[in-house]
Amino acid sequence: MIEISNIEKSFDGNQVLKGISCTLETGKCNLLLGGSGTGKSVLLSCIVGLMKPDIGSITFDGTVYTNNKVDIRQEIRRKIGMLFQGSALFDSMTVAKNVEFPLQMLTPDMTEEERRDRVEFCLKRVGLENAANKMPSEISGGMKKRVGIARAIAPNCKYLFCDEPNSGLDPATSIKIDELISEITHEYNITTAIITHDMNSVVGIGDHIIFLHQGKKLWDGNKDEILNAEVPELREFIFSSSLVRAAKRVEQEDGPHGLEHLAAEPLSDL
Amino acid sequence: MLKTFGSFVLFLYNMVARAERFKTLWKRFFEEATLIGVNSIFIVGIVSAFIGAVTCIQIAYNLTNPLIPKSTIGYMVREMTILELAPTITSIVLAGKVGSAIAGGLGTMRITEQISALEVMGINSTSYLVLPRILAAMFMFPLLVILAMALSILGGYLAGTLSGVMAPQDYIEGIRTDFIPYNIFFALIKAVVFAFLVAGISAYKGFYTEGGALEVGAASTAAVTNSIIAILLADYALAAVLL
Repeated sequence: MIEISNIEKSFDGNQVLKGISCTLETGKCNLLLGGSGTGKSVLLSCIVGLMKPDIGSITFDGTVYTNNKVDIRQEIRRKIGMLFQGSALFDSMTVAKNVEFPLQMLTPDMTEEERRDRVEFCLKRVGLENAANKMPSEISGGMKKRVGIARAIAPNCKYLFCDEPNSGLDPATSIKIDELISEITHEYNITTAIITHDMNSVVGIGDHIIFLHQGKKLWDGNKDEILNAEVPELREFIFSSSLVRAAKRVEQEDGPHGLEHLAAEPLSDL
Repeated sequence: MLKTFGSFVLFLYNMVARAERFKTLWKRFFEEATLIGVNSIFIVGIVSAFIGAVTCIQIAYNLTNPLIPKSTIGYMVREMTILELAPTITSIVLAGKVGSAIAGGLGTMRITEQISALEVMGINSTSYLVLPRILAAMFMFPLLVILAMALSILGGYLAGTLSGVMAPQDYIEGIRTDFIPYNIFFALIKAVVFAFLVAGISAYKGFYTEGGALEVGAASTAAVTNSIIAILLADYALAAVLL
């Protein structure tokens, strides 16, 4: 569990995070939801230690991370896996070497054979066992995301952070990536935080959703509660999605079963 | 400027304060030594051979007094090569080749979040990425300078003898006259200092790149320009202190 307490962050006098407090729960996909420029990425950077908050504290399973000793921060960092928006694969290494890299650096006691087995397992887990010897430039965007996930989970991370895992992907691939992240989170009981503004992710894998608006946390709940939330900014955000509006229209016109017909409707009609 | 210098010092401090494991750095050192040293042999060889040849021809063109022995040409080629041309010109050439590669490579890693990925893993990115580059440069630059010295003197010999400007024995007598071994030591000291400046400045410029592809290009250009200025300033300072 990650506890975030009263985090504030400013850049050149512009306050981006305004006292955010929330909890990222273990074994759940915690979605940081919000429009562009609401401070989601800055909050994530503060949590993983790429930025230092001006005020506030972050605690990983009871151990304070912010302003703690370097050794303790390093120890926590070694339990963090992260999937970056652009995947951030090392482009001079093959897919397998990318996945092996954190094992080489963080677990020096592992034998070469153990590392090879772990890489094989992780690549198989994300369905990329046949792409091990390819270079990052030779694989698609969706495959890069999956390699990023494999690299993140390779050293048995306890905390998984995903920065817009669906960006630049087609809807079908986005759903597959979401499902993969959700499966891994529940299977290994890790604390996962996902930055997103994709409503498909919200209704698909949102075990715990934190809605940010103008640097503040306005709401948190789960995917079953979000459509009935009373926060105007959240409702505006949700219902700015054409797909959600169409679903709502169909539900009003045809009742709950109308949504089943909607799935069969061509996208151009929505 | 003072702020930049302070930031550069902190950058170097972070690089050694929490260095990665020796085995990792050793492996990275060899990778970088290959990229910096072996891949630069061709350009260093071409530049130094032609500089030696041109130096020889131009000195011969200017030495028209029959009272000055022809062997003076060989002597002057040797002195100019060892003291100045081999260490300084080679380092300036390497600032262009190696410096831009270091800044461009690290800049690209920064904007594609590869450096952030290392940091999130708990790896000291400056130690892992920069320290082996600086050490490899400090090891390979002197070797390339020694190669440059040999090829430059050889270039002078070939240009002088093949063009008929002087006899081979005159040139050989010249390059053996009044040889001061300390000059070789001085040139190697210069090479090590220049290597540190080129690799350190280029790594700093690349490591702190912000923005996109355009900024990576700008960082490479700034790395080369600043490295060359630093080389020239250090060249003067070392000559004033050590000679």
